[in-house]
Amino acid sequence: MSRASDALYRPRRGLRRALGAGFAGLCLAATLSGVVVLVVLLGAVLVKALALPPNPPWFAVGEQLRELAAFLSRIASSTNSPNPELAGFKAGIIGSLWLLLLVALIAIPVGVGAGLYLEEYAPAGRLRRAIQTNIANLAGVPSIVYGILGLVVFSRAFGFQALALGKMLWAGALTLSLLVLPIVVIATQEALRAVPPSLRQAALALGATRWQVIRDHVLPSALPGILTGTILALSRAIGETAPLLMVGAANSILFPPSGPSDYYTALPVEIYNFATLPREEFRSVAAGGILILLGILLSMNAVAIFLRTPTGQRAASRAIAQLGRLGWSGRRAGRSRTGLASAVVVPGPGASGPDSEVAQPTDQGGAES
Amino acid sequence: MTQSPQTTPISPEPPPRRSWAGRSRLQSAQEFVVPPLIFVCALITVLTTVGIVFVLGLETVRFFRVAGIGLFEFLGGATLNPKADPPRYGILPLLWGTFVIAFGSSLIALPIGLLSAIFLSEYAPRGLRAVLKPALELLAGIPTIVYGYLALLLVTPVLKAVLEPAIRVEFYNALSACIVVGVMIIPMVSSLSEDVLSAVPRGLREAAYGLGATKFEVATRVVLPAGLSGVLASFLLAISRAVGETMAVLLAAGVKPQIVLNPLRSVETMTAYIVNVMKGEAAVGSAEHLSLYAVGMALFAITLAMNIVSGIILKHFREEYE
Repeated sequence: MSRASDALYRPRRGLRRALGAGFAGLCLAATLSGVVVLVVLLGAVLVKALALPPNPPWFAVGEQLRELAAFLSRIASSTNSPNPELAGFKAGIIGSLWLLLLVALIAIPVGVGAGLYLEEYAPAGRLRRAIQTNIANLAGVPSIVYGILGLVVFSRAFGFQALALGKMLWAGALTLSLLVLPIVVIATQEALRAVPPSLRQAALALGATRWQVIRDHVLPSALPGILTGTILALSRAIGETAPLLMVGAANSILFPPSGPSDYYTALPVEIYNFATLPREEFRSVAAGGILILLGILLSMNAVAIFLRTPTGQRAASRAIAQLGRLGWSGRRAGRSRTGLASAVVVPGPGASGPDSEVAQPTDQGGAES
Repeated sequence: MTQSPQTTPISPEPPPRRSWAGRSRLQSAQEFVVPPLIFVCALITVLTTVGIVFVLGLETVRFFRVAGIGLFEFLGGATLNPKADPPRYGILPLLWGTFVIAFGSSLIALPIGLLSAIFLSEYAPRGLRAVLKPALELLAGIPTIVYGYLALLLVTPVLKAVLEPAIRVEFYNALSACIVVGVMIIPMVSSLSEDVLSAVPRGLREAAYGLGATKFEVATRVVLPAGLSGVLASFLLAISRAVGETMAVLLAAGVKPQIVLNPLRSVETMTAYIVNVMKGEAAVGSAEHLSLYAVGMALFAITLAMNIVSGIILKHFREEYE
């Protein structure tokens, strides 16, 4: 082949190939930089947590691990103290777990409800679009703004002393619930959208009402998706610091909260406090707290990521089907569920078809339009 | 169907109860109770927005009344010093600090995030992608307080070690905040952009390959322009996240409201100011305390505007391939 035709059919071929390879390398480097940062981050925190004496040589891995375990269990079991040798995160860990529980109890029902309304009930129109836009915008509001909202609405109750929650754990839980609500709603909607319409149509055709369709068929098959989004939302809540600083997570409390009406602090808030203290040893304590926080978060995220894989989804559906057989939503409901949900989600052994004696639904009254 | 001949539509006696699973009084009640109940749930999200606007608006008005300054003085004032006599409440230093952090962190995050999005959607083999995507998502799940701590522990000391004899590095400096916030928002850019780039139809790529384009040319001249609106939207969302970021900048950049060009000096962002006032001893109802609501209002307005614009870009400038 002559040079001329080469130039005609493959213009600047060498240059273009080199550019392509260079660009691919650049992209790979950019992607790996994220992973490198993750490793550096964990490494730096780990090294700092191990900086307190005793300091075994770095190659004594077993020694190091034993020291780390002893250090973490010490700071997990002692409360705040001006002495870094004694200071720990017990109050913060228990406070954070309380917050997690309350946020789950508040945000999940409300968020799933709102998602259900938008996907299954709301008539397509201006109202639905407005709520939808509003949720999308709420998801982008900075967390500190939620803190301001919680400060005025929950902690002070607009100045009505009788209703004000002050520095109670309730104030933090309600604020965090509002913060994660949009995430739960969006996750619920996505999970509901993934449920095939044929499932709804089949259930409706067999005479189930709208709510029965949702309760017995749509929700069970959307549940793995909802769970994934919910876990991610909760892991966001447990890592939040700024809004809690606004609604009174105390600087230093010595006793862990024993109920939602107590004064409280949270793990990230205590980490922040230790990190800002001047003595160097407190930095190590803070690093230990970060390891505990990251341990909680990473295990939550791992569960969420697992639930999203096909294996995880199958496992979740199986668990849900089991719950259903144990009478998850009442015995009568169990009967109408046997057919569709378990047939579509997991063909369980106990699944029997819908009742063979077909009565005429209309003369029972109240069949949905 | 094994239907018994007796159950004709006009059978005089009602069919046996057990043949019809769906009607108890409790269940009919559920039909009527549930829709309003979940409507209230949806309403709570609307009430949250109304609450934010109402609270911020009300307290901002109170701030202007108590502090006795005008809107222009607040938005145009270049000094912020509530302790001075007379106290000065100019928001410009905070806006500057926020701008420096947002700009600096996007210099890091936007290119790296976009390049990793291109890598994940165009180059990465399936196995590698299956490992890298969750890793980036884990990065996104790390709380911001950890990034702030990292700035204090690692970034600032490294900056000092590299630059110190020649250039003075303050303990709290804007550059370390830019770096950690930049790293923090990389996953946001990459995962949102990657979704958009992956959604570009295969046919476009194959057509370009058929015309003799290299992989690089397909990625940069076909796929990227096709997904441009989504990429821009992800940029805006990431920047708005950087603007609203609190703990990392509070720990890394400090609380000194000043307008300086040198990124190695301390600045204060709007978010850091809010926390700082809250932690301080300002009495509830005083002008200094109320100023946090005015700053919060400005912060809310800025991030809301960015989110709305990004939504509009995504909606109206999307290329449709049907």
